[in-house]
Amino acid sequence: MTGKTITEYEITHRELGLSDEQAVDMYRYMLMARKYDERGLLLQRAGKVNFHISGIGQEAAQVGAAFALEKGKDYFLPYYRDYAFVLAVGMTLKELMLSLFAKADDPASGGRQMPGHFGYKKLNIVTGSSPVTTQVPHAVGIALAAKMKKKDFVTFVTFGEGSSNQGDFHEGLNFAGVHKLPVIFMCENNQYAISVPYHKQVACESIADRAQGYGFPGVRVDGNNPLAVYKVVKEARERALRGEGPTLIDAVMYRLSPHSTSDDDLAYRTKEEVEEHRKRDGLIQYRQYLFDCGLLDEEKDREMTEQIMEQVKDATRFAEQAPYPEPEDALRHVYAE
Amino acid sequence: MARMTYLEAIRTAMLEEMERDEDVFVLGEDVGVKGGVFGATRGFYERFGEWRSLDTPLAESAIAGVAIGAAMYGMRPIAEMQYADFMLPATNQIINEAAKIRYRSNNDWSCPVVIRAPYGGGVFGGLYHSQCPESVFFGTPGLKIVAPSTPADAKGLLISAIRDPDPVIYFEHKKCYKLIEGEVPEGEYTVPIGKADVKRDGVDITVITYGLPVHFALQAAEQLYEEEQIDALVLDLRTLQPLDTEAVLEAAAKTGKVLIVHEDNKTGGVGAEVAALIAEHLLYDLDAPIRRLCGYDVPAIPISPPLERFYMLNTDKVKQAMRELALY
Repeated sequence: MTGKTITEYEITHRELGLSDEQAVDMYRYMLMARKYDERGLLLQRAGKVNFHISGIGQEAAQVGAAFALEKGKDYFLPYYRDYAFVLAVGMTLKELMLSLFAKADDPASGGRQMPGHFGYKKLNIVTGSSPVTTQVPHAVGIALAAKMKKKDFVTFVTFGEGSSNQGDFHEGLNFAGVHKLPVIFMCENNQYAISVPYHKQVACESIADRAQGYGFPGVRVDGNNPLAVYKVVKEARERALRGEGPTLIDAVMYRLSPHSTSDDDLAYRTKEEVEEHRKRDGLIQYRQYLFDCGLLDEEKDREMTEQIMEQVKDATRFAEQAPYPEPEDALRHVYAE
Repeated sequence: MARMTYLEAIRTAMLEEMERDEDVFVLGEDVGVKGGVFGATRGFYERFGEWRSLDTPLAESAIAGVAIGAAMYGMRPIAEMQYADFMLPATNQIINEAAKIRYRSNNDWSCPVVIRAPYGGGVFGGLYHSQCPESVFFGTPGLKIVAPSTPADAKGLLISAIRDPDPVIYFEHKKCYKLIEGEVPEGEYTVPIGKADVKRDGVDITVITYGLPVHFALQAAEQLYEEEQIDALVLDLRTLQPLDTEAVLEAAAKTGKVLIVHEDNKTGGVGAEVAALIAEHLLYDLDAPIRRLCGYDVPAIPISPPLERFYMLNTDKVKQAMRELALY
């Protein structure tokens, strides 16, 4: 299975068992994440928030994966670009905005962590940190608990291709492979670890190749195609639930935004390169697919966009007006109270 | 009461907790079929099965990280680091993850994990089987750190650590494993985390210590009392974090002369914080400068017998430092 590529739209949503409504919903979440993300960049540029980190260009894979998992059951360990993923598993725009503005009601951290550091026990979104890939062993640990307690859920964890060099990636995958644990590792391979391109991060052709050393399948998939990602994550989930162990997915995509609002990406890549990838933007391609299927047209798309923009505006206003934490709250929750 | 070794007390604590709560399990290198390189989990594999005495791949960051994940789910993992010297690859998981999970999630998630760390010298372990890395973790808010010296405390603190809702590093001194025997209460016996213990009361000088040197201090105190009527108070910290400030200040105030003893090297050690606390609160009540008798500031303990002997504390060295302080 290693290195296998699933090409664009060789399969339709109906063939995958997704309803027309679900197919449109996938687009809605992708669009919602995109609009949130664009607003985040603007808010930072306008000096309204201190920092934003973007997932533009990665929404397709995130939403495809989210639809293949079971909300309320599976455990999710997203990384800092997964806005579309967390929206698709139940977070709201208001909640994301509360985090962006570092307000008291930010469900991830009460305004303690940078935005993009998700965590929400109610939704089985496990709290994460900034040192990359530390969440991989956590996903394995929760999967170990599933196996020990004979529960039928899986854990799903994402990270970037640069992160696949970290010890915790290799230690986590090896542990999960040895004990055949129900965990899905998905690399959001966006070609850059801040400024360092793929070929200077790894010498193998695909991140999926790395699975071979740990005794389980690695699958390479077009990360711009939400249906292709849905298919491989769904298969990985079924494999995991059958007790056959983990799967590593290399979802190949492109980071259209700079690393963060503190990064000038034209210092290490050209405008032409970015423009070239913009043409392959998963959001645009999937929109076209829905047009071709007759599920979306210009008018419906405009309506949906307007509705989402209204929600983004509402959420922004709401979060901007929401209270900050009390200063002394900085002292709370070091230990159980 | 049952008489047992420090090692047997550790094993008993885990065994009783695993009997009581099926979410408690041990993971680490060689903890399964072999029963641990020191025998701390001997018989667990037969009794609880391979999953609850889980042999892991040889990778410390994964041992800690997987335990942290399981703890966040709601399990009560005990992660054994085979030697404390080898836990540094897991430091990021312990300091950046376990210690910060409750705080960073604003109390949404928690991490009730126990990291067992066999530490300390005097076992001809050389540089990498003798270290005292307490100070690497000491001063990290979010972590609790305990270091028992007696079999009873070893059992009581381990049970408390397993039941604690937050991450606890449990430093167990390797030299104490077989050397130290004592009475241990049977059944459910807990020692509260954060409480120091006066192991010997006295009026002339105060020795504040933890781990193996507690025994040196107690022996030295008996000899000094018999030979020279120097009456020493010996305070066993038992918990390094959070420090029992009240007990430290009370013990220091009682005699006005304080000697802090630990095997970890002096600079930046736990003793520095204890000394600072006493200086902050009690400087004018002291009758002598605070003294510290600690490991030397060298990278680690060498294996050659004369070198190891030179480094290690013993009853004579502690006794000499105690006498000097008493005569000040």
